[in-house]
Amino acid sequence: MIVRISGERQYELADEEQARLNELENAVVSAVEGGRQDGFAESFEQLLGYVRERGAPLPDEELEGSDLILPPADLTFAEAGREFTGEGLIPD
Amino acid sequence: MAGLTGRLSTVVKAKVSKLLDRAEDPAETLDYSYQRQVEQLQNVKKGIADVVTAKKRLQMQENSLQQSVVKLDTQARQALSTGNEELARTALERKNVAQTELQSLDTQVTELETQQEKLTESEKQLRAKIEAFRTKKEVIKAQYSAAEAQVRISEAATGVGEQMADVGLAMQRAVDKTENMKARADAVSELEQAGTFDDLTALGSGEDDIDQQLKQLSSQSAVDDELAKMKGEIGQGGGDAAQIPPGEAKQPSESGQA
Repeated sequence: MIVRISGERQYELADEEQARLNELENAVVSAVEGGRQDGFAESFEQLLGYVRERGAPLPDEELEGSDLILPPADLTFAEAGREFTGEGLIPD
Repeated sequence: MAGLTGRLSTVVKAKVSKLLDRAEDPAETLDYSYQRQVEQLQNVKKGIADVVTAKKRLQMQENSLQQSVVKLDTQARQALSTGNEELARTALERKNVAQTELQSLDTQVTELETQQEKLTESEKQLRAKIEAFRTKKEVIKAQYSAAEAQVRISEAATGVGEQMADVGLAMQRAVDKTENMKARADAVSELEQAGTFDDLTALGSGEDDIDQQLKQLSSQSAVDDELAKMKGEIGQGGGDAAQIPPGEAKQPSESGQA
């Protein structure tokens, strides 16, 4: 499974990591939806940290598309909020 | 990959795909596709150059403010040693404002530095992918029938396109930040042009508009503290001029003296 952290690079993770990634993502989403800024910062950092730690950097010259694309590490709480209500990172 | 239900990544991926659709026209010929990739790489390089220019501008302002801080400090000392406390205070107020600006500029320069590094890294990845695409395109064309080659090369183009979209996204974020900083840099320029950090000896005796504004901008308690400290250091010849107002005499003298 190939995961891109936007603004950084692509990582290759074992397919079995998928469940854990989903858990971590859900924690981010629920923090955003609950309006918990601290929870957002912490869970988002955890999610990205997990990918960086468990993933092997995909060589630059690989031409595979990603299965998952995560937002950039400097995503703000406000941006994350908008991400789920329309505008988001890339305007629709 | 089935069963990927994470909402965060799905939303982002959907949007990147949308950018991709816009960027990649399947009807384009394969060689044209490569040619466009190279053109877009040039745009990325230009974007990085813009970030570097913005950074240099801020660094020049930093240097100029740094000089003002030194100059105003010297003037405050001179004024104080000739007993002109009002002028010394004005100089310190200006120094205080210049220092605050300096700190803010420093943060911004660091921020741009980070942006520049990220973009340079992304550009490197993009360049590697475009180069790999060029090689792969030729290999595929030689090995497969035209129709099959089309499919395989499209797959390879997706990898380049995704990287391209990602660099574009990072570039947009960098541009947004740079715009904010330009506004800030312009504000500092205006202060400079208004003579805010200029030679105080040209100021004459009275306060002007700038001083009224500066009083509000600068941290009065910081100015008071520094004035008191400077008085102590200078240990003025006159003796009486070295008095420190009672309210400001609270130096770290009470506790823990050896």
